[in-house]
Amino acid sequence: MSEALNIIQDPTLTYRQELIALARLGESTDDSLRYSDAYYEAKAKGALCDLNEGIMPYRPRYICPDYDLLFEKGCKFLDLEPPTDLLEAVNVLEIFYCHVPSITTYPVYVGDLDRLLEPFVIKEDRAYAKKVLGLFLRNIDRVQTDSFVHADIGPADSVTARILLELTEEMQLAIPNITLRYDPDITSDDFALACVRCMLKTAKPSFANHGMFRSEWGDRYAIASCYNGLTIGGGGYTLPRMRLYECSLNAKSPEDFLENELPRHIDLQLEYMDKRVKFIVEQSTFFKDNFLVTEGFVRQENFTGMFGVVGLAECCNHLLGIKDVHHGFGLNPEATELGIRIMEAIEKRVSEHEAPYCDAFGHRYRLHAQVGIDTDGMDDSPGTRIPIGAEPDMLSQLEVNEKFHRFFPTGTGDIFKFEETWTKTPEAVLSIIKGSLAKGLRYFSGYLENNDVVRVTGYLVKKSEIEKLRQKKQSLNNVTVFGMGAQDGGHALDRRVQEFGA
Amino acid sequence: MVIIMKLAPVNKIIPFSNVDGPGNRTAVFFQGCTFDCKFCHNPETINMCIGCSECVSKCPAGALSCQSVESARAAADERSADSSTDSCKSPGADAGMLSNRRGSIIWDSTKCVQCDTCIRVCQSNASPRIRYMSVPDLIAEIRRTAPYIQGITVSGGECTLQNDFLIDLFSAVRALQDSPRLTCLLDSNGSFDFEADPRILEVSEGVMLDVKAVGKEWSRRLIGDPGDLVLKNLDYLLKAEKLQEVRTVIIPGRDTENEETVRYTASKIGNACDYRIIRYRPFGVRENFQKELGEDETPEEYAMKFVELAKQYGAGRAYLV
Repeated sequence: MSEALNIIQDPTLTYRQELIALARLGESTDDSLRYSDAYYEAKAKGALCDLNEGIMPYRPRYICPDYDLLFEKGCKFLDLEPPTDLLEAVNVLEIFYCHVPSITTYPVYVGDLDRLLEPFVIKEDRAYAKKVLGLFLRNIDRVQTDSFVHADIGPADSVTARILLELTEEMQLAIPNITLRYDPDITSDDFALACVRCMLKTAKPSFANHGMFRSEWGDRYAIASCYNGLTIGGGGYTLPRMRLYECSLNAKSPEDFLENELPRHIDLQLEYMDKRVKFIVEQSTFFKDNFLVTEGFVRQENFTGMFGVVGLAECCNHLLGIKDVHHGFGLNPEATELGIRIMEAIEKRVSEHEAPYCDAFGHRYRLHAQVGIDTDGMDDSPGTRIPIGAEPDMLSQLEVNEKFHRFFPTGTGDIFKFEETWTKTPEAVLSIIKGSLAKGLRYFSGYLENNDVVRVTGYLVKKSEIEKLRQKKQSLNNVTVFGMGAQDGGHALDRRVQEFGA
Repeated sequence: MVIIMKLAPVNKIIPFSNVDGPGNRTAVFFQGCTFDCKFCHNPETINMCIGCSECVSKCPAGALSCQSVESARAAADERSADSSTDSCKSPGADAGMLSNRRGSIIWDSTKCVQCDTCIRVCQSNASPRIRYMSVPDLIAEIRRTAPYIQGITVSGGECTLQNDFLIDLFSAVRALQDSPRLTCLLDSNGSFDFEADPRILEVSEGVMLDVKAVGKEWSRRLIGDPGDLVLKNLDYLLKAEKLQEVRTVIIPGRDTENEETVRYTASKIGNACDYRIIRYRPFGVRENFQKELGEDETPEEYAMKFVELAKQYGAGRAYLV
């Protein structure tokens, strides 16, 4: 049976999911973008992974349009005038979203919704505004059917943000993902507590360290897809990842790894990124005539490449001969210290590489702690996370995270699973979040163990939708299948629960 | 002069607790209690280990061994040899706490699998899983948690058994630099005479007080003490404005006793502080007392009646836990 026939006959795929799968298959029929033999060898061994980006890129992986410009000037290509009221504003956005490409074919950044919509919301009666925003969220959930669709709010409180939080809690949708940009000087405790309550009930929003992101990206940054920092009016060209555990398998010692295997694999991944970025910019038509570019919604110089890593924990444990994860990375200072040395080495080598077409970032790629994919199993934990099942107490887990988050401007994060009593003390949760962000945590996600909407590795799924797939039924959300794979292979939903005494 | 570090028996430290006072707190549980409450759900914290070593051979993980208290003290002295002398006292200052003990069981937390076998086999209601810690030892733990918490709560057992130690601890917490102002709360059963010795209150934001039983007979039966001092403390702490909250456990089916306790307490505290009405839960309660008090938890509707009663008698901040 052909691959195409497999796709067409898969009862769990919706029509659109079939279409996307067939497009990927079609893309893979051309192999004119070639890499070195050493790259293919490393890929075959599983040390390097292209995250199934497709071998012929025809758009950047992540695109973060400048929605302010859309509201200011409208869009000629889509024949949209600047909106004058709330109904027009959400209508303009809903139409525009359908034309924003990405690796998933759905928009990974739908805007700073509170800031964009606030001028329109405050002109309306609150109940009416809530009704319109409820329909808007329903539209996003049913049309942009992919959990990597991401909206941002904050750092300041607003009527719109409050309504969005209320609706998020009432509607219990997996889409869109939401991030609060948290800044202790701007975000009021009252607003932050409303976000904590919503997070415990719906697994969103997550909390982003505004000060940290701003210092790296400037004021106009987006949190897109899972937790990815990028520039508004720009994005990320590509995101391949080093699977550090597999990279370490041929090393004779930690020193051998740091001196030989690590730099060799870094260079191979850089070679891959350079060729790919050049292809997207020079060969594909996206940066030449897509309306997003020609009308200035994105600028090519605002894109960068995202240098991904995964499986640092397993890499360190392997190099030190540690078999039991309970005495390994994150719980064993020697292993954690080795992790820091490895990350420093990666950061240094990548920052020394002159990257093509990354003008806004000093011609440099930026690091990303990749959250893993459904087929990783237990071999490579997400980014620099402690393996599931070995999580120490929450304090220790945060302390380990705080050592690593600074390395990853294009995103990293950890997820904490709380039990029911924490819903009664949101101020206690906020206190933990505040402390960790102040100590250098980049991104904090939490959810309640009994929720239907849960955070898998970086994205949200509904447990009830995973059940549908298990019964060979279709799930509208493209990402549900990843959630099922991550749970079956990586036990992603079996995180340690933070009990009332954590 | 020989410097001896003051030590206290610590049963457990919970770095992040959301049930021991306002916000997120580090809770320190000391071993040893002055009462013997029938509904105690961690009776292994009541007594001090007598060193019988019954648990040592039963431990499946080999995490317990016998060692003298003196060597535990020497180890603690070594740890804090170069730390501040603020909490160091001359010999004998707290010798009474340790002098009449034959020895102690040493618990290796790295080997422990938390199976609770030691607690089940102990005939003395005395967990062997404790550590003798100095103020600098605890301050080292609190320094770690300081950025994430509103404060610390000392509990037990009965924390006021360590009164002098707590004064040093709270003073040291308040002197911590580079951390948000942390509050220091006591979780007490009220068996310590705060009026006679109010020093701890001067370095504390207040006391979370248990008023478990009003009425001498019922009190004697439930907690093994007539409870006069508890009620005196209720008055004194109210007057001193050091009452953080009051808690009462509602026992299933004990209408008269519950009512008297709640009525008395509610009319005393008014709106001065929170009044937590707690349902009795059999989990962890010793078997014979479960038979006496009930094998099921207090029904929510039944407990709610006493929340209403408390409000009726003026405790506007009464709520059910």
